[in-house]
Amino acid sequence: MDETAKKLTPEQIEGVIRRVLEKESAGRLKTYVETCIHCGLCSEACHYYLAYKRDPSYAPVAKVRQTLWDMIRRKYHVDAESVKMYARIAYAECNICKRCSMYCPFGIDMAYLMTVVRRICGLLGVVPQYLQDQGNSHMYTYSQAWVAQDDWVDTVLWLEDELRMDIRNGRIPFDKEGAEVMYSPHSLEAKFKTNLLANIAKIMNVADVDWTMPSCDGWDSTNQAMHIGDYETMGMVERMHFEAAMRLKVKKIMTSECGHSFRAAVYDGSRWLGWREPPITYLQPTQFFYELIRDGKLRIVRKIEGPVTVQDPCSIVRNRGMGEMLRYIVRATCEEFRDVTPRLEHNYCCTAGSGVINYGPPWKFIRMDGGRIKIRQLQATGAKIVIAPCHSCHKTIEELIHYYHADMHVMFISDLLVQTMEIPEALRVDGEQQQK
Amino acid sequence: MNNIFEFLTSPAVYQFIRGPLVWVSFLTFIGGNSYKFLSMLSLARKDKVVFPYISLKYSLRSILHWIVPFASTNWRKRPGMTIITFSFHICLLATPVFLIAHNALLKESWNFRFWTIPETIADILTVVVILCAFIFLIRRLVVPEVKFVTFGADYIILSLAVFPFITGFLAYHQMLFNYELMVTLHIVAGEIMLIAIPFTRLNHMLYFWFTRAYTGSEFGAVRHTRDY
Repeated sequence: MDETAKKLTPEQIEGVIRRVLEKESAGRLKTYVETCIHCGLCSEACHYYLAYKRDPSYAPVAKVRQTLWDMIRRKYHVDAESVKMYARIAYAECNICKRCSMYCPFGIDMAYLMTVVRRICGLLGVVPQYLQDQGNSHMYTYSQAWVAQDDWVDTVLWLEDELRMDIRNGRIPFDKEGAEVMYSPHSLEAKFKTNLLANIAKIMNVADVDWTMPSCDGWDSTNQAMHIGDYETMGMVERMHFEAAMRLKVKKIMTSECGHSFRAAVYDGSRWLGWREPPITYLQPTQFFYELIRDGKLRIVRKIEGPVTVQDPCSIVRNRGMGEMLRYIVRATCEEFRDVTPRLEHNYCCTAGSGVINYGPPWKFIRMDGGRIKIRQLQATGAKIVIAPCHSCHKTIEELIHYYHADMHVMFISDLLVQTMEIPEALRVDGEQQQK
Repeated sequence: MNNIFEFLTSPAVYQFIRGPLVWVSFLTFIGGNSYKFLSMLSLARKDKVVFPYISLKYSLRSILHWIVPFASTNWRKRPGMTIITFSFHICLLATPVFLIAHNALLKESWNFRFWTIPETIADILTVVVILCAFIFLIRRLVVPEVKFVTFGADYIILSLAVFPFITGFLAYHQMLFNYELMVTLHIVAGEIMLIAIPFTRLNHMLYFWFTRAYTGSEFGAVRHTRDY
């Protein structure tokens, strides 16, 4: 960010701000700016504001004041230092979690306003370096984590080999035309979190789902370009993703246990491409697993011991109402479920949302400090296990647990299911032995 | 100074503010708000993601939860502020509409009137508006998160809203200046407020319904959750 900011000229900055505020934004931006009565009632909605001991500069409206109002009041004549400040606020001090729009009496969508600021900073290239790197990866390899197509195919082939150690004749079917579901993993599942892809493969085989994955580009469901504000790349990534599914003539796409990729496909990406809703039914595993258990396709025969709580990821709970489905799964698979307060759509963000997890070591401590509210909320339940069906939530809560020396650990839903589901006799490799 | 007082209380000024200026302010209020409404609609259409998602059911659900005291989480979390905000807005809207004196003027001009409330009640409601506005002022000066986002304009719009009530109260009780002068100031303050509504953030009275409708629709119809 520092290096790019040095190269910016005042004309560039003014041009980009003018383009974004006057050409790309319209009704919502103007109405929100003209409606906000500066009452501060949104403050307590923000986990950063609460975590930073009610520092007024972290209130949602204060973030708008220090960014958009500042640009507008200065008639777009702002210097590079200010752009850096806008970038810090919009990228790192806001998780675009939308909790504040539930607390604003006017329903002003401050998260949207922060995405407008991200768009401006993104176009100017003043972006946290690690995030920009992942945006570049999307442009070069069509995946977030520099996993090229050949690496992808190779990974899946050895995963299929390993799957057969657990599931008799287990298959990870590539490019199966007309399949019911196309699974579209997180980039990291093809890199160092392959155990999650293995989990999915086991569950799909056990539940006898007609599924597939594309061997071509478009397999990766992540979209960091959305977080940058690079909507052109975001659109390209989503288009490629949908086109992969269309080519395979699948009925549904399922993303991984990830919040942002669901948001990118269902909201930001689809809307950018001109779709009101995604062109193909788009599932998140929380909903998919809930349906598998509800419909009896997956039989749960064991229960996880000890108190368990949940993390409601913003992208799928506040933004898609899957909170009760998550609880249904946890109740079905765990002995003792302890709910969080506040819960469901009122839940606090994990402080890693909307890309903040991806900024790497230079930005770690804003997550650790901002996450104070999250870890206290989880500790208050007394649970030993946290179920978080989102990569960002999962990673950051695990880090928070280490940082605050909390006695708990985090699991994905798929981790729960592979430990508790019944593997039918025919699929067992060593019969009863495998069940243990 | 005396000259100014004499001028303000002269029949010519009174006639002017009671006649043409009333028309000007009401027409500006209606015309300005209509313009704002139409330009908001056309800009919302340009935004592309507003109209496809609007749902009447969820718009109403959202509006209802926010115009009823304590019906939303945030209203329940801040009982003091809820009582003050609702008292302020209800009294601010009800007092001028149902005031006997205003309705007498309506009757005189157009032979038409609303229900009226007794003068003592109107007097109490006026005091409520002034007190609430005073609390808003103190809040802006003292509460850190409000102070941080307060600009000069915030004090101006608060004054615009409350001046008609202060002058009305003083005129009714014949305090400070003589009655004629106070009434003149009261009428002018009211007219300035009406004219200002469409062009300042006072037009949240218009926008409220639409920002809520959009957010309510997004949360209810698209995201399957609640926004209250």
